[in-house]
Amino acid sequence: MKSSRLPAIVFALVIVFLYVPILFLVVNSFNEARFSSTWTGFTLKWYAALFNPQNRDLWEATQRTLLIAVSSSAVSMILGTLSACALHWYRTKLQRLNYGMIYLPVIIPDLLMGISLLLFFVALGVTLGTVTILIAHITFCASFVTVVVLGRLQGFDESVIAAARDLGATRWVVIRRVILPLLAPGIVAGGLLSFTLSVDDYVITFFVTGPGSTTLPLKIYSMVKHSRELPLINAISTIFLVVTFLIVWWSQNLTRDQTVRSH
Amino acid sequence: MIRRKNEAILTAPTLLWLILFFVVPSIAMVVISFRPASIYGGVGEGWTLDAWRALGNPNYPVILWRTVRLSLVTTVICLALALPIAFVLGRMQGKWRTILVMIVIVPFWTNFVIRVAAWRILLHPEGMLRQSLISLGIIGNDTLLLYNEGAVLMVMVYTYLPFAILPLYAAAERFDYSLLEAARDLGASGFTAVTRVFIPGISRGLLTAMALVLIPALGSYVIPDLVGGPGDEMIGNKIAQRTLGDRNLPQAATLSVALLLITLIPMIVVYYLNRRERTHPA
Repeated sequence: MKSSRLPAIVFALVIVFLYVPILFLVVNSFNEARFSSTWTGFTLKWYAALFNPQNRDLWEATQRTLLIAVSSSAVSMILGTLSACALHWYRTKLQRLNYGMIYLPVIIPDLLMGISLLLFFVALGVTLGTVTILIAHITFCASFVTVVVLGRLQGFDESVIAAARDLGATRWVVIRRVILPLLAPGIVAGGLLSFTLSVDDYVITFFVTGPGSTTLPLKIYSMVKHSRELPLINAISTIFLVVTFLIVWWSQNLTRDQTVRSH
Repeated sequence: MIRRKNEAILTAPTLLWLILFFVVPSIAMVVISFRPASIYGGVGEGWTLDAWRALGNPNYPVILWRTVRLSLVTTVICLALALPIAFVLGRMQGKWRTILVMIVIVPFWTNFVIRVAAWRILLHPEGMLRQSLISLGIIGNDTLLLYNEGAVLMVMVYTYLPFAILPLYAAAERFDYSLLEAARDLGASGFTAVTRVFIPGISRGLLTAMALVLIPALGSYVIPDLVGGPGDEMIGNKIAQRTLGDRNLPQAATLSVALLLITLIPMIVVYYLNRRERTHPA
């Protein structure tokens, strides 16, 4: 069949489109010029500047971001695993409701989730800060963990549970020694996804944050908005990119492991 | 009986969490839209339609319409770009397919604010791109690449494109490409084969892609705020301004309920079409 070249050309152009801004940013993080209009030479000074005492707030924001990401992923891993098991093993009316409830936070625009949580916290008189950010992040991460673990469960060989029971394992032993080890790659992959989503989130955090509880995306946003310290943003972003790639690469390996074993 | 107890133990934690922190806040949002604003920036006592009446003020319909228009244009462009990509990916085999899918996904895994910031820096008036376009004589000295509707649309397409590519790719992967050859053998032109065979064949993926781009696009706030001008504001910007600018929470709630109602339209349409397709396969 004679096939048109057009799709391949569109594909190539889109790849360029996807990478140009990111590469521009990475290259410029090593640019000596203060403004990115010209290339004046290679430097690492913007990376060094991140360690200046005057940029301590960046590190505080980073610490808070990581603290929130680690704790919200940990809670979401538990919630998501429980609800994935419920959705997989039971076909009741309750689970149909549960299914809708899990998917809505994934679909709805994050802006709406942020504003509704803010209004809820204000109505209750809750002080906004790290705790409210944490609650918001768990709320959207739990659904994503559920979806990932549910995918892992779909390739699950139910007969191993029956086999373990036949061999005299108690319910608790089956959970701890059979189900959890088999689900572990899915749970970890879901946790890594939560971690990235939490670190990535700007919109929801923006609504539910309080004074003094700045996260890294909020900090970067205000620097970008006021065009302050643009070379520093390039440097932070490059570090951010490298770390994200490492996490994604790790989580991809986990899911690949899963597909290899289930076939 | 034990099974039911187990089901409750597995279901309750997440379901109760989502009811408390997702359903109740959504209801609170609707309730607050009928409350007056208090002078301290909170929510007052009593009931009023003031915030809903304010939606009639000439500002809001313009912005609502712009939000819908920009989101629809973004969706159309994303689908138009994603279709040929899905077509190529779906026909490929083995290692290269995995590599190309990764190449498409990787930018999407980078921080959202950083991606938008990268465009802002790239298109900046003092930036390399604009300066070189001026020196090449492609654009005039007074042309800005940033702070206009074109920039907003481009960054929206950039942000939401993977949401269109992935479901279309998933559908194309299951599509039987020999059907295209059959259509060609029966005398269909390449274009007809694609529009009459390929596109109907991946219609489920097309629906999902449409919803996955359109719904978050309607809730855009960061993109018009960072790369748009004052004339490119979307409903999300107004919600943020009412919330953190002049702190009129009932007004923010009203705008959010309006946005929620708009996003329900594509959700219901997709749900309905999906169900119809399942009961009456083409």
